[in-house]
Order: sequence, then structure tokens, then C-alpha cells
Amino acid sequence: MSERQIQLEVLRYNPETDTEPRFQTYSVPCLNEWVVLDALNYVKDNLDTTLSYRWSCHMAVCGSCGMMINGEPKLACKAFIHEYPDKIRVEPLANFPIERDLVTVIEDFIAKFASIKPYLIPKEDKPVSAGEYQQSPAELLKYKQYTLCINCMLCYAACPQYGLVPEFLGPAAISMAHRYNQDSRDGGRDQRQEVIASHEGVWECSFVGACSEVCPKHVDPASALQQVKVASTIDWYKEHLMPWVKK
Amino acid sequence: MEIVQTDVAIVGAGGAGLRAAIALAEADPKLRIALISKVYPMRSHTCAAEGGAAGVIKSDDSLDLHFNDTVGGGDWLCDQDAVEYFINEAPKELIQLEHWGCPWSREPNGSVAVRPFGGMKIKRTWFAADKSGFHILHTLFQTSLKYPTIQRFDEYYALDLLDDDGRCQGLTALEMRSGQIKHFQAKAVIIAAGGAGRMFPFTTNGAIKTGDGMALAYRAGVPLKDMEFVQYHPTGLPNTGILLTEGCRGEGGILVNKHGRRYLQDYGMGPETPVGQPVLKTMELGPRDRLSQAFWHEQQKGNTVSTKWGDCVLLDMRHLGEKKINERLPFVRDLSISYLGMDPVKEPIPIRPVVHYCMGGIHTDIKAATPLPGLFAAGECACVSINGANRLGSNSLTELLVFGRRAAMSAIEHLQAAPGSGNTAALAAKAEASQARIRALFDKSKGAETISGIRGEMMHTLEEGAGIYRSGDSLANTCDKLAELRQRYDNISLNDKTGVYNTDLLQALELGSMLDCAEAVAVGGRDRKESRGAHQRLDFTARDDDNFLKHSLAYFRPKEPPRIEYLDVVITKSKPGVRDYSGAHK
Repeated sequence: MSERQIQLEVLRYNPETDTEPRFQTYSVPCLNEWVVLDALNYVKDNLDTTLSYRWSCHMAVCGSCGMMINGEPKLACKAFIHEYPDKIRVEPLANFPIERDLVTVIEDFIAKFASIKPYLIPKEDKPVSAGEYQQSPAELLKYKQYTLCINCMLCYAACPQYGLVPEFLGPAAISMAHRYNQDSRDGGRDQRQEVIASHEGVWECSFVGACSEVCPKHVDPASALQQVKVASTIDWYKEHLMPWVKK
Repeated sequence: MEIVQTDVAIVGAGGAGLRAAIALAEADPKLRIALISKVYPMRSHTCAAEGGAAGVIKSDDSLDLHFNDTVGGGDWLCDQDAVEYFINEAPKELIQLEHWGCPWSREPNGSVAVRPFGGMKIKRTWFAADKSGFHILHTLFQTSLKYPTIQRFDEYYALDLLDDDGRCQGLTALEMRSGQIKHFQAKAVIIAAGGAGRMFPFTTNGAIKTGDGMALAYRAGVPLKDMEFVQYHPTGLPNTGILLTEGCRGEGGILVNKHGRRYLQDYGMGPETPVGQPVLKTMELGPRDRLSQAFWHEQQKGNTVSTKWGDCVLLDMRHLGEKKINERLPFVRDLSISYLGMDPVKEPIPIRPVVHYCMGGIHTDIKAATPLPGLFAAGECACVSINGANRLGSNSLTELLVFGRRAAMSAIEHLQAAPGSGNTAALAAKAEASQARIRALFDKSKGAETISGIRGEMMHTLEEGAGIYRSGDSLANTCDKLAELRQRYDNISLNDKTGVYNTDLLQALELGSMLDCAEAVAVGGRDRKESRGAHQRLDFTARDDDNFLKHSLAYFRPKEPPRIEYLDVVITKSKPGVRDYSGAHK
């Protein structure tokens, strides 16, 4: 198996011992089929046990290992060494405070995600004994794509608007609201609209589309945001121009 | 030390922990619930499960059939009262998830679709494409956000259980962000912290699956049950160990050796079935233990394909066609292309068996209660036991739900029955001792041993001595080696002496958990002188119901290998019989 020596430039920051972040370079013998996460694990096991980063599944589904790799938000477990030059720079996800090394503080995302009521609010309550809701494959397809979000937050790191306006709910949270709104079993859209149609909600999006470009799961948050905007506009017209029409 | 007061503390926020938390919140809105996990809930390894969750729902199926498949699949080591409870509750739990929004795949008429799975006589596996665990986990996590009484402690590592007056009354946990240790005072504790596959070098398990929950209970005196039973999943990608779901074979994928022969017919799972028309409980839809063992024999015979990642057999899905693969197995295609550079639409995929699941775990009764009052366990970390000597694919996701909820109900019953809080001074002293244990790791003069060094040796000796096939000699060697490693573990060095998100410390603690669990695996295996399910001995090749129709119970000893005791299996209606996966079975 072909091997290549990579210079891994890793951002280091420990709030207890550092006044500001710095870069540390490790020389790592990498197999060509490796991902950047494998190189980080090599460092951790062989060169420097003090390096901290999050990871678990190594198969792009747990969403732990989002980081900036040569300036782009990536999952470290899906960033293949062979796609990079001999020098690879690794930094924590942009737009989030650094907790330590490559570990960021993600409470802001978690709070925003929770605020959009990301759970089914049934049209009518149905006991378990009454069996499952019927949902056709076509109805499933309408929202399925938006269920694939792994909460890796790469879209927040890519979003220029989130960088400028930290109050912005952001792509993943709004897509998830859209996911439930589109679910044939759900009746909670009005409750979610109060949050996502607000100033900090969907209207902050300037439709750069960077979120969809970096999404490792092809959720396409940008399309969700556009659909939410259109739906919210229709709501507004109905409310202000045709108050006699029910939403 | 900061004290957090709660009613029920849950350790682990994957499928079982979240299900328990929701059940508690729904049962009593006044209950204070502390959900403690070393990772954010959606990072839990439930997310990696692909194939689906078993539950009887279709009219051609019955509870008895699911029972028979499960008990036979487990080579009669399952407790049958627990299996009956599990199977009764399974459909309700899966419908409950549907009501919470889980995007199950559907039939054209809008009802939930089911797919075939290994060892199951009827199609009964509910699935959400090939990301079933992912969708279950996220549905549970998102649903949990409805309940303000579920207070999450994300990225807290549980250190020690605290007991007084013979009852479990809380635990200590390390807040990773600060490095501070907190004392959780709880009236009941539920452990739902997952398996320990990371003990082995080649595993489908994520980095977090280091047996912490098992070790937590074990060190507190609760036995680990049936730890010698470790499941190898037959189809892992050879370079990374990434799982390709059993759904590949459920949908019609076939396994061939280097001669193109569907070799499973040579191991009691034939006759050969037509390509693309899978027959349930036969050939590629045999159980995981048999398939992984067949691989071992093919390797011995030289029938495997040599690859740069070692010996493999081939999983051929080409005949399914691109449309079906994209619809039913999109993740499998993505993973194969991304991590192996091979497209299952166009070529057979080399695969080999990979450590996947611990059948064993914390000893609980049918109500998810451990022998320590106030302590409950559910999910992979627990052993109820419904999985016996070999778990059937798609039973474990359902198990998380059924026994996650059961643990919550039992915790509530305990709260109602238990007298008031214990001796707080005694508990505080134990919390201080726990803190001192961690401080000692920091303060110790620099030892000669490294975490990665001991971890590597542990993985190697388990694979060598306690793999798909084992022998008395190999297991004895592994026991000796593990005893040595546990001693050497006392001399590991921590280079990072700081508090904030110290993964050097975390890995040291995780290694300690794995060493404890590994020793229970090896000693349990050495003493079980028979072959049953996933435990296959080259020196005792037959099942021995006279002596070993029993669960093993491993009791922790600080300076010695565990003491092993045995407990009779509960048999209600199925006497031990022959596991028949040939086409002749009825």
C-alpha cells in the first residue's frame, strides 16, 4: 500500500495554558486510502497524546468529526488524504467558539435546533393500539431528504450569514423544521412558523447556497430554506391581503 | 464537589437511554431526570445500525414464530420469559416510534414495510432504508426535546456508582468541558451505555464503544453475564471494518468464495437458492454466527480471496440492479464507493467477518433490574438475556426500545417502594474517594506504559485467543496476557495534566473499562467448555446442555481475574433442539 509523508498542521489551543491558538505541525506517514481522521489518530496514538478532537463512527453518520480541512468544512472521516497536497491544515469548525484544540462549543446550535420543535406534533392524537399512520412512499419522499441531517454543523461553518449574524437559526435547524412541516402525519407547522418565520429565522438567509455545497449527506438545506421562504410569503399574503382565507 | 440532585440518573443517551428518559418523563412530569452521556446524544452508536428492527406486525407472522427464531438463533441460551416479554412489546414500541415520526420505509399502500433478515423465518424487520438505527436515534433524540424535565449532561463521563445501605444512589461523573467531577445524587440509576466492541482490533463499533457502562456496574459488584459471547458480523469492509448491513443479503445479495461458489451450502445452510430470490432462514439468510464460522473454514481451506487487507469473500449484489440498491441500500453503496472505491452496482464487494456486538453484559432480570437495588440496565450494555449465544440481526434495535422503557418503569417502581434518601455523608465520602481515584491518575509519577501500547496488546490478544474459533490454550494465553496488562495498566503515563476536554485522561479511563470487560470475555470463554452460538471451541466442539445450559456470571476482583459463577437458563416452552438452517427446515 502506497505511503505518503503528510505535514499535518493542527490548530492547538488549551484555555488553561495558551493565551491564543497556535499551529503545531506533525509529520505523519499516511496510507493513501486513509482519511484525515486516521492521520489525527496516528498523531494521538504515536506522536502527541495531548491532542483533543471528537470522533466516533468513522463512517460519516455520527456527525462528531466536523472540522476545517484546508479551509473547508469537512468530516475528518470522509476527507481522503489522496485528495489533498502533502501539507494539510486542520482547524476547528469555523463560526463556533473553540473549547480546546479541534473541539468546539456547540451549545448555540443545540439550542437553536431545539427551538424549532424538531419533533412530530400530530394532527390528532392516536393511541399506539390504533396502529401505525398510513403514509405513502410519495408522502415519505416529500420530507425524507431532510431527515438525513446528521447534525454535523458543517453548514453552520460554511454559512456566511451565521458568521455575521449569530442570531440566525441557520440551515440545519430550518431544514429540520421543514422536514416536520412536510410530514403528512404532522400538524405543527403554525407552532414552528412562529420561530422560523421570525427575523432571525429564514429571512436572514441570503441564499449563498454554501450550506448545500458542504453538506456530506446531500440534505440540501438551501432548498429547504427557499421552500420555507416561499411558504412564509404565501402565509403573509393570505394573512394581510386575504384575511378571510384560512391558512 | 458540586452536587446535582435528581430522581433518576441515566448513563448513556443512545437508543436505550433516550427511550428510558422519554418513558420517565411521560410517566411522571414531576420526576427529575438526568441524562448523562460522554457524547451528545446523536453521536451515540445507535446511529450506525443499518438494517432494521424486528417486530411482529404483518398478518402472515406471529409472536410464536418470532419467539422460535430468537430462541433457536440464540442456541437456547436466551431466557425464554424475557424473550416472550420482548416479542410482545416489540410491535408496540415500533408503532410508538412511528407515531413519533420515524421515517420507516413504506409499502405502496402506505403501511410500514418489512424486509427479510438472517435467521428469521418471516419478513419482520422494519427498516428506514439502510439507516434504521440513525433514524431511530434521531427520532428519539428529537422527541426527547419535548420534555423539559429531561436534563441533559452532554459530554459527562460516568466514573463510579455510589451505593449506600445496599442501594445504588447515584454516581460521580467528569464534566469534560471543565475537568470537574460532579456528584449526582439519584434515587435510581439506569445504565444504557452500549457495548465494548473496541476491545477488538477489527470492529464495526465506533470509538466510543469501550464498555464503560459494563465496567461501571462490574466494578460496583454487579456481575457481567455471558461475556464470552461476542458476535462477528459476517460482512464488514476489509480495510475499515465498516458494516455492510445484513439487509444486503435480505434484499438478495449472495456470498461467494474465490471460485465463485456459494460456499454456505457446504456448511449446513444449503441447498443453494436461486440468485436474487432469497429464501428465509437459509443460505445467505442464515444466522451471523454460522456465516462468520463458515468464513473461517473457507479461509482454512484456502478458498478465500487474498486482498491487500487480508483474506476476504465476496458479497455480490450486482443482480439487484442500480434502482433497488439506490432505494433500499443507498448507504451501503455510498460506503463501498467512498471507503473501498468499489461500487456494488458494478462489482462484487470483498468483505470479512468483523466484531459487531456483545451478547453479554450487565446481569439483569426480565425487568431490567440488576442485583444491586436501584440499579437498572438496558441495551447492548445489558444482558437480559434475549440474545443468548447469538443475537439475530434486527433484534437489538427493538431491544433498546423495549428494555429502555422497561428499565424506566422499574426505576419508577423502585422510587415508589424505596425508603428516603440514604446517608448523604457516606455517599459524599464515596464521591470523594472516586475523585481521589481520578486525581491519582494525574499525580502519579510518569509511568513507562502508554495507553495506545496497552490497548494494542489487548486487542491483539483478544483477536488471537478469543476470536471466531477458540481453544483452551488460546484462551488461557489470553487470560494470562490480560492479567498482565491489567497490572501494567497501573503504570500508564498521562501526558496531559490539564482539565478541559482532556482526551488523554478519557482514553485512559476507557482503556481501564475495556481491560475489565476483556478479562470477563476471556475467562468466561476459557471456563465454558462447549461450543454454542458465537462461542466455538476447537477442543469442545459440541453443545453441552448437561453442563452449560447456563449463563456465566463474572464477578469483579480488583487484583485477580474474575470469579465465575453459573445461573440456569429460563426455559418456558422451547426445549433445546437442533438449529436447522438447511432448506429442509419447516
